[in-house]
Amino acid sequence: MTVMQLIFLLNAAVTIIAGIMMSRVRRLLHAALWLVLALFGVAVTFGLLEASFLAIVQVVVYIGAIAILILFAIMLTRGGTDDTYDNSKRWIISLVVALIALGGILLALFTWPQGQALTTPLTAAQQDIGAIGIALLDPEGYLIPFEISSILLLAALVGSIYVGIEHKGEEK
Amino acid sequence: MSFIADPVSFITNWLNSLLSGWGIPDMWVQFIMFIIGAGLLAFGAMIFTIGLIWLERKLGGRIQDRIGPNRIGPWGVFQPIADMLKIFTKEYITPIGADILLYNLAPILAMAAVLGLWAVIPLSSTAYGTNINVGALYLIGIGAIGELGIILAGFSSNNKYALLGGYRAVAQLLSYEVPMAITLLIPVMFAGSMGLNDIAGAQKVAFIFQAPVAALIFFIAGIAENGRAPFDLMEADSEIVAGYNIEYSGLKFGMYYVADFLHAFTSALLFATIFLGGWRGPGAEQYPILGFVYLFVKTAVVYLLTVTIRFTVPRLRIDQVMAFNWKYLTPLALATLLVTALVDKIAPAGQGLLRIILLLVANVLLFLLADRLVTLYRKNHQKLRKVVSEFRPVPVTIRPSVAADEPEVQS
Amino acid sequence: MIPLYWFLILSAVLFSIGIYTVITRRNTITILMGVELMLNTANINLLAFWRYLYIDTGNLDGVIFALIIFVAAAAEVAVGLGLIISAYRRRQSVVANDLDALKG
Repeated sequence: MTVMQLIFLLNAAVTIIAGIMMSRVRRLLHAALWLVLALFGVAVTFGLLEASFLAIVQVVVYIGAIAILILFAIMLTRGGTDDTYDNSKRWIISLVVALIALGGILLALFTWPQGQALTTPLTAAQQDIGAIGIALLDPEGYLIPFEISSILLLAALVGSIYVGIEHKGEEK
Repeated sequence: MSFIADPVSFITNWLNSLLSGWGIPDMWVQFIMFIIGAGLLAFGAMIFTIGLIWLERKLGGRIQDRIGPNRIGPWGVFQPIADMLKIFTKEYITPIGADILLYNLAPILAMAAVLGLWAVIPLSSTAYGTNINVGALYLIGIGAIGELGIILAGFSSNNKYALLGGYRAVAQLLSYEVPMAITLLIPVMFAGSMGLNDIAGAQKVAFIFQAPVAALIFFIAGIAENGRAPFDLMEADSEIVAGYNIEYSGLKFGMYYVADFLHAFTSALLFATIFLGGWRGPGAEQYPILGFVYLFVKTAVVYLLTVTIRFTVPRLRIDQVMAFNWKYLTPLALATLLVTALVDKIAPAGQGLLRIILLLVANVLLFLLADRLVTLYRKNHQKLRKVVSEFRPVPVTIRPSVAADEPEVQS
Repeated sequence: MIPLYWFLILSAVLFSIGIYTVITRRNTITILMGVELMLNTANINLLAFWRYLYIDTGNLDGVIFALIIFVAAAAEVAVGLGLIISAYRRRQSVVANDLDALKG
């Protein structure tokens, strides 16, 4: 058992436990914090996959912006209180659905002939950020997705401001 | 000789050989060394804060024309130890209705965020925590974790002043991350890499001479990120009674206190690394201990500047803080980035003196243009107010008389 | 060292946890949190395959795809939370069962 495998197993355990707690905990703020822990676990997984740039971007974007946004939304909508499990049949159905989805994915994984074969990664170099930067702006590379995603961000910006702004004089 | 010249490498190699000699496999040795290094760095940083607290209180006292602590020990040097003893022995009072998990988690997150910054700073050419190739972005990410701690503290204290302080604090911190991240791109552009080791190593001429406007914006955003005056409305004693850490007592408040002072020093350390050249200086490559001394001197200069600003200028309001950031700093940072990228293409890195002069001229022009625009804006939008009130009508006096007549008006 | 299918099993388990969260919880914000978790597991999958198959060839498809998913997820959360807060102002409730009338 090498150190990397141990780190991966610890990280996987923490992430899965955080995910389960996020879906079971009653108080909303605690659920949001378990989500933050799960996102941290995903960032560590990115680090294990030698994608260091994406790991740090995950922390900055998801935990530094999206998680704080979710916390603010929870704090601003306190009227819609904490979850209560009135509908006690629902979690059985959702558990069944989740297990079916999990079983399907694992079945597809283990019937794939190369599923067990890829055990060693190819190289262990740190990620070359300059290559990502050049690829994003290369016309034969990924320039078009880059520009379209910037238009998407602009649309989201304008849309969320318009939806969230309070229009005075509107009837309730 | 090699111990004096390079103590960190010497001890590291000695520990490595010791652990390998015991028969532990290689990866585990590295893992154990990482853990020991992290523990030593965090411990050293926290012990160092004791000296910082004393320095700041003494210096603040002198700036404010008073003596500062002078009772405990000569020149009050044991004052922080007395403070520590008091904070350790105070009782923890948890408010009713506070969310226990979040209430106790918040100071830990705030402290962890500040200590996490020390992991990537190159203390000399061979002594650094780790050399990740995205060090500049890591700084922003760790700041984000600190903000998480503050919003949790504000919300979980079950106190409306804490909540208000928490909202304002997070608004300020999130806003000032933007110019900080934009101006961090300029040294990254010059050095060609995001790693802090590479940025410190690429400064034959310190970046403050090549991008002074960016350095100024980074300095101001760093003070705002820290929550120091003039941006200290997060803990404004006269307005919201200590803001988000009202309900904390004892060591939990002590953690916020230590995190505040340590963050100020860490911001100065980052500024010295990114813009002033870090550990570079004459003879710093052969004797890394000299690099450590140079870094310390540069950091001390920036830190003393921060402390002087803290005790000199008054506090800004929250709307002034927001307006300053979004209307002035962020457009200026974007314009600086564009201009610097343009000049970087015109005079690429091999040109030596011409490039530096061109960059300086571009920066000075940009600063003058921004100044001119602000003056024009202020002239056009200033409303004249009357300072002196108008002449009021005559006063009414009541003369006492035998028969109870009504008061007569004196004209 | 770490076989590929360990990463794929991790992402499968997290994905099913995300599905469970989305179906079970009544609060719209928590449903959004489950969707975020699912998007993250898609990222893990992409990067795992990229690492094990394409990292030497200089083909950056996996990394760029993961970055675009970041962008799309951030945009979706921003607009989604704006909608939820706006709906809360109208109906004073964020429970998904209560937001069931098309006319405000």
